[in-house]
Amino acid sequence: MPTLAEIMVAPSPASVWILEQDCAESGLDAAAVRSAMLGRIRDMRSSIERGLKTDAPSITGMVGWNAKGLHDAPDLLGAPLLKRVQAYAMAVNEENARMGRIVAAPTAGSAGTIPGALIGVADHLKLSDEQLVMPMVLAAGIGQAISRQMFISGAAGGCQAEIGSSAAMAAAAVTELLGGNSRACVHAASLALMNTIGLVCDPVGGFVEVPCVSRNAFFAVHAVSAAQLALAGLESFIPPDEVVGAVAQVGRMMPLELRETAEGGLARTPTGLAVTARMERQ
Amino acid sequence: MSLLDMIGPVMIGPSSSHTAGACRIGLVGRQLLGTPPVQARASLHASFAKTGKGHGTHQAIVAGLLGYGPDDARLPNAFAEAARANLAFEFTDTDLGEVHPNSAQLDLQSAAGEACSLIASSTGGGVIEVIRVDGFRVSFSGASFTLLIRYTDALGVIARVTALVAAAGVNIAALICSRQKRGGGAMTCLELDGPLSGPALAFLSSWPEMAWVRMVRPVMDAGATIGGGDVPVLTGTTA
Repeated sequence: MPTLAEIMVAPSPASVWILEQDCAESGLDAAAVRSAMLGRIRDMRSSIERGLKTDAPSITGMVGWNAKGLHDAPDLLGAPLLKRVQAYAMAVNEENARMGRIVAAPTAGSAGTIPGALIGVADHLKLSDEQLVMPMVLAAGIGQAISRQMFISGAAGGCQAEIGSSAAMAAAAVTELLGGNSRACVHAASLALMNTIGLVCDPVGGFVEVPCVSRNAFFAVHAVSAAQLALAGLESFIPPDEVVGAVAQVGRMMPLELRETAEGGLARTPTGLAVTARMERQ
Repeated sequence: MSLLDMIGPVMIGPSSSHTAGACRIGLVGRQLLGTPPVQARASLHASFAKTGKGHGTHQAIVAGLLGYGPDDARLPNAFAEAARANLAFEFTDTDLGEVHPNSAQLDLQSAAGEACSLIASSTGGGVIEVIRVDGFRVSFSGASFTLLIRYTDALGVIARVTALVAAAGVNIAALICSRQKRGGGAMTCLELDGPLSGPALAFLSSWPEMAWVRMVRPVMDAGATIGGGDVPVLTGTTA
């Protein structure tokens, strides 16, 4: 698996190089991986469509109506891209929270970020699913590079490890989709990641619902912001692999109470505790 | 982790570690037992025990034991499906010691009375690591084909097994051996770049020191893509 520094100097578009590297390791045919990736994109789209149509509650009843609520609301800001990215992201995570079929990217808790950002931007610009295949390969390659230095799970490194990774992957993918070169793509990922450092994993009751659903809306937008900066030539002052190292270090320093155990933060608020007690009685 | 594991798995929510990973642990357990389980006890450790409920961890493990993948629409209704398949199951909380917080021990039994026990961890994003099989220390992820053999410790067994695998034209990616004591029960776990053929497995099982041979098919997505459906997964008998 490549490092971010290696991806950064790969010929543009970086996704082509990543696909070659991965196929050499796995023995899979590049066309088969591309076709499977297109399947993943269609599965993502299907979860978005289901999620925007329904307001059925989740397992705990804490979420379920947010994506449809936003989708049906008027666009008072005059920012259709923003609204679309947020609604798509929440649609995926609300489907996830009601035990629907989704694509973990890289985890289920952060599954809305990449479809929200990448499919959101693509629909805004009227691009096809086929055009998203190679950017999605790049997203996966960025995830691989991050996972060289840390476990991508809230239990191991807090939410920064999960949503930070998904936002970094999404940022790189959006950057490539809009024509950014390898260097810009990796800097987009790095900018997204360095601005997620420190985020804890404190889900109410330990369920992938609050704050996870709205958090995916926020970080899908975060990814698009990072792409915007990188496409304009802005770069991460700290080299990308060092940023990953910093996230990993902060994850190790994070107390257990703030790593998916539901023993700190939002999970320990009076309302959070009441939900936990109610679910335990069921 | 392959590109398709990073953007994936396609899965029933809500948690890649507590649902998809849990399902894969069940899938590996079913393959290790060799035949469909009729009785299962799942002992859940730490975060699996604490937040499994509401993550569908219990349903996911049962779904895996039934042979369903993480994206199977029947996963949320696995308990009802288990009743139909004559699988009796129970869940307990346990402390497995210094292991990943998302870990479980499965104790499985087949209709013929064969038994198998495994401990596995779900380390994030649907990735798993099996760390114990029948008390032996192992390490495999189910990303590739995994050959497990249980035998009586003796000079040259491992050399003959690796020679057989090489002669079958299959490369070994990783290998881990452990034994209870010199000349006692032993287990070797080989992660392979491809499957061993049925005849090769049958030959291996015929060795007098061999108690048990299992070929675990990939449970991760990229491996499953190469896997195909007609690969023999097991042979031999339980000791």
